[in-house]
Amino acid sequence: MKLTHLLTSAALALGLTSAAVAQDKTKVGFIYVGPIGDGGWTYEHDKGRLAVEAQFGDAVETVYQESVPEGADAERAITQMALQGADLIFTTSFGFMEATLAVAEKFPNVKFEHATGYKTLPNVSTYSARFYEGRAVQGHIAGKMTKSNIVGYIASYPIPEVIRGINSAYIHAKKVNPDVEFKIIWAYTWFDPAKEADAATALIEQGADVILQHTDSTAPQAAAEKAGNVVTFGQASDMGEYAPFPRVSSIIDNWAPYYIARTQAVIDGTWESTQTWDGIGPGMVGIGEISDAVPADVKAEALALKAAMAEGSYHPFTGPLKKQDGSDWLAEGEVADDGTLLGMNFYVEGLTGEIPN
Amino acid sequence: MVLSSIDPALLLASLIVASTPILLAALGELVVERAGVLNLGVEGMMITGAICGFAMAVNTGSPVVGFVAAAAGGAILALLFALLTQLALANQVASGLALTLFGLGLSSLLGQGYVGIKPPPTTRLDLPVLSDLPFVGRVLFSHDLMVYVALALVALVWGLLKYTRAGLILRAVGENHEAAHALGYKVVRIRILAILFGGACAGLGGAYLSLVRVPQWTEGMTSGAGWIALALVVFASWKVGRVLLGAWLFGGVSVLQLNLQAAGVAIPVEYLSMSPYLITILVLVIMSADKSRAPGSLGRIFHASQ
Repeated sequence: MKLTHLLTSAALALGLTSAAVAQDKTKVGFIYVGPIGDGGWTYEHDKGRLAVEAQFGDAVETVYQESVPEGADAERAITQMALQGADLIFTTSFGFMEATLAVAEKFPNVKFEHATGYKTLPNVSTYSARFYEGRAVQGHIAGKMTKSNIVGYIASYPIPEVIRGINSAYIHAKKVNPDVEFKIIWAYTWFDPAKEADAATALIEQGADVILQHTDSTAPQAAAEKAGNVVTFGQASDMGEYAPFPRVSSIIDNWAPYYIARTQAVIDGTWESTQTWDGIGPGMVGIGEISDAVPADVKAEALALKAAMAEGSYHPFTGPLKKQDGSDWLAEGEVADDGTLLGMNFYVEGLTGEIPN
Repeated sequence: MVLSSIDPALLLASLIVASTPILLAALGELVVERAGVLNLGVEGMMITGAICGFAMAVNTGSPVVGFVAAAAGGAILALLFALLTQLALANQVASGLALTLFGLGLSSLLGQGYVGIKPPPTTRLDLPVLSDLPFVGRVLFSHDLMVYVALALVALVWGLLKYTRAGLILRAVGENHEAAHALGYKVVRIRILAILFGGACAGLGGAYLSLVRVPQWTEGMTSGAGWIALALVVFASWKVGRVLLGAWLFGGVSVLQLNLQAAGVAIPVEYLSMSPYLITILVLVIMSADKSRAPGSLGRIFHASQ
């Protein structure tokens, strides 16, 4: 009896010491929607994770789980990470929103950061990038580059972030090319190379000679390369292996500074629930090098557009703009407020088709 | 209506390309299951084939060598499954799931250096007269060789299972392994061969993705195709002809719905998106009303001492 008692207390003491040791290291977890080798979205988030490791060295330990489906299983994956002792967890896809909140309520001492969402809690922050600024640059180049006047757009899910991208690209393509027409395919996936390639092929077969994508893999780039004369843009990552053609430019997500700052805040004990939404100016959205396949004057215009958005003198959603149904949205010179943009669920005038529910 | 922007010839040609990977994988799994073995590792074998084929094709510059390597890669992984389930008598469901996980991990390890590389183009067949025929030429006679290999395999497996003694033995092993054993057939040996064939087919299907349909290497690029192939075998009631029909239906409706979306047809996208699954299951379930059933010994462990 005495012996078991002794052993129990010894084990307890041991457990306490190891817990104390573990406390010294800040554990940062990442939940990814795709594989880290997707070459796009998840690849860039993982670059951010590696930057955290490089910055803090032994003071921080990172863990990650890749290819977590958006749905019931996400909650299990996040819970498991919290149980493993993570102090800070980044959930890097829109579809993890409810799961993140549910787990956050159960673990009030763990800090959560949800990418591209809009719901917060005292221990849940949201962060996203103003990708629509990058889409404006893409739309400008697309409008100038298309010869068939048909631009194909591979959309993922009908959420505000994706709809903002479509609207922003369309507005700026239309501005330089009044005849431009957008063909949109909803793939209903973030990552499925075969389906993304099929979608790109379908768009190309129907006359599109510029393909914009809001899915995560490089498959549409490969499909465009196979077709020969189709222009594409890197999505989330530079996708530079397809430069200078078909990939003529790209939107690059740069999460590293944010991840480092937030990890530092947890270490310092200054972490607070915030909503971050940064664009080209602060460097969260980067524009990949515009290749020589783009004429010099178009490139100069695109760079000027980028500079104007970076310094804040131009907003991609500036009136006069109408909604798809013809009703007024923004008056001359009026700029869209963040609230409308965050909940955007309508097309602007000129786009055809309906947004799925 | 804007249907005029869809070219039927190109659509049918895309249909065949889109259905070939699951057709190959499902055909292999059908042979495995007809031999009484349930291998849930199709996804893992497919993706291993995808990277093996891609790597070899890039290194040798020859897609043919790539496809041979893909079949070998898939078969080697299947051999692992065969050793576990046929010799070590491990549970088939657990081993199959483990094989999928292993294959996904192994492939991303093997694929480290191959991201963003362009594979050598798989040339399309150019038959002198046939390929130039209007419509039919584009739809039927100007694909890459693998499409015809897949169709030839379908015919071969069908004929083998239905008309030959070897096919009869394979089916006997799958229906009742004790009876087959009592008749003197080497149950374990036959099953191992079937598993290897299944692995090779899955490997070919994977390589078709990475070398022709996409064509590139991306981690996790099969993203569920193996599971669709598995489901297809069940819904096709373990019949070769229906597997072909199911693969074409699934591939066809998948491509068609993307084209309809691009053409701006006024059908809600939600319905279009689920249509490939819905239509394929519906058609095959209706067809399976003829009381076809699973092989009798499917998934059961065999040992001669029992």
